Amino acid sequence: MSVRCGTMGNMQLYRDDGVVLRTQKLGEADRIITVLARKTGRVRAVAKGVRRTKSRFGGRLEPFTHVDLMLHQGRSLDVITQAEVIRSYGAPLTADYPRYTVGVAMLETAERFTPEDKEPALRQFLLLVGGLRALAEAGHDPRLVLDAYLLRSLSVAGYAPALEECARCGTSGRLPAFAIPSGGMVCASCRPPGAASPGSGTVSLMGALLRGDWDNADQSDRRHQVECSGLVAAYLQWHLEHSIRSLRHVERV
Amino acid sequence: MYEGVIQNLIDELGRLPGVGPKGAQRIAFHLLAADPDDARKLAAALLEVTERVKFCRTCGNVAEADQCRICLDPRRDPSIICVVEEPKDVAAVEKIREYRGRYHVLGGAISPIDGIGPEELRIKELMTRLADGTVTELILATDPNLEGEATATYLARLIKPTGVRVTRPASGLPVGGDLEYADEVTLGRAFEGRRLLDV
Repeated sequence: MSVRCGTMGNMQLYRDDGVVLRTQKLGEADRIITVLARKTGRVRAVAKGVRRTKSRFGGRLEPFTHVDLMLHQGRSLDVITQAEVIRSYGAPLTADYPRYTVGVAMLETAERFTPEDKEPALRQFLLLVGGLRALAEAGHDPRLVLDAYLLRSLSVAGYAPALEECARCGTSGRLPAFAIPSGGMVCASCRPPGAASPGSGTVSLMGALLRGDWDNADQSDRRHQVECSGLVAAYLQWHLEHSIRSLRHVERV
Repeated sequence: MYEGVIQNLIDELGRLPGVGPKGAQRIAFHLLAADPDDARKLAAALLEVTERVKFCRTCGNVAEADQCRICLDPRRDPSIICVVEEPKDVAAVEKIREYRGRYHVLGGAISPIDGIGPEELRIKELMTRLADGTVTELILATDPNLEGEATATYLARLIKPTGVRVTRPASGLPVGGDLEYADEVTLGRAFEGRRLLDV
C-alpha cells in the first residue's frame, strides 16, 4: 500500500506524503496528527515533542500543511520520525479569516469522508490538495471553492447529486424540486413532501461547480450562491450521516 | 486491583491530565508513605483552590477576588492590553519581567473543527474594555499555531475600525537553537520579520 523503506529493529518504516487534517494534544508535549496521505489514506500518528519550542518538527505538522513524512508503525498509532514541508497553505489561509473558516470545513469534510484508518483514498487526497491550492491562491470566492470541493468529494464517494435527470425515476424533463434523501433533483410526480424548490440559476451553479466550470460559477448571482451553499451543506451532512461542525462557522465574504 | 480507599485514590489521581494508571499508583503509595501532615496540606490546598479561586471579571485571569492582582495594580499600564488564550499564558508573559501592561484572557482560540467560534471566547468583554478609549495598543499573544494565528487575524480585523494599534509578538528562531534544524515555516517567518542590526 505505502512505500516500505526498511525496518528499524522489528518496526516497519514507511514514507508517504499527505495533508495534515487535525492535531490533538497528547500528554505533556506530544500531539496526535491526523494526515490524509497519498498512498496510505487517513493515518493517525504521534509526533513526539512537537509542542516544545525547540522541537525538530517545528511548524511542519500544523493543519493545512502538505508534508513528506517518514513514519514507523506502532502498536496502535504510528510514530512520525521525519517531516519535510512540500507546501504550506496555513499562512495564506490564517491571514484571511473567511478563507481559514472555509479551509477548516474542507479538512473536516476530508476526515469524515475517510473514516477508516489506512484505507487508500487517492482521489479524496488529490481533491483536497487541489481545493486547498485553489483556496490559497485566492482566484475565486472562497465559499464557491468550498461548495465545489464538497460537491466533488460527494461525487468521489458516489453521492453526486442528480441534476440532469430525476433522482428517483430517471426522467430528464422538467425537474422542479431538490430532494436531499432522494439524491438530487426530482420531477413533479416523484417530488416528496418537504423538498426544496431551488432557482434554475442555483441548479446551474451546482452543475458548474461539479464540472469545474469556473467561468460560469464566478459569474453566478449571489442569491444563487447562497441557496447553493445551503443545499450543498444539507445534502452533504444528510449523506455523510454526520454534521460538519465547522460549516456553522464559515464566513461568507 | 486494590481495596476500597486506596483504589479510590488511584482512580481519582488517574483522572488528572498526564497521569496514567502507573503514575497514579506511584503517587498514591508515595502519599501513603509520606508524613500524614503533607497529605493534609495537599488536601487543604486542593479544597482551598476550588473554593477560593475564580476568574477576574475584567481580564478573565485566575483570581482570588473579583479582580486579579494585575488588574488591581495601579502601577500596571492601562493603555496596553496583552491578549492571551489561557491564564497560564499570563504567567508565561509575566516571566519575561518586562511587560508592564495588562492582560485579557480569551479562554481558548477559535477552532471551528472543535465547534469553537468567536462567540465562545471572551471577545465581547475585550471589545467592552476598548470602548472607553484608554487602550492604545493591543498585543495579540495567542499561540503561534494555526488556531492562534486565525484568532489573531479575526481580532485584528474586528479591532481595526476602533483605531487601536494592534501588534503581534515576533515569530522565528528559538534562542539557543541551530539554524539547520529550523523548519521552513518558522525560518520563513524569521526572515520575514528580520530587523536592522544598527551597531
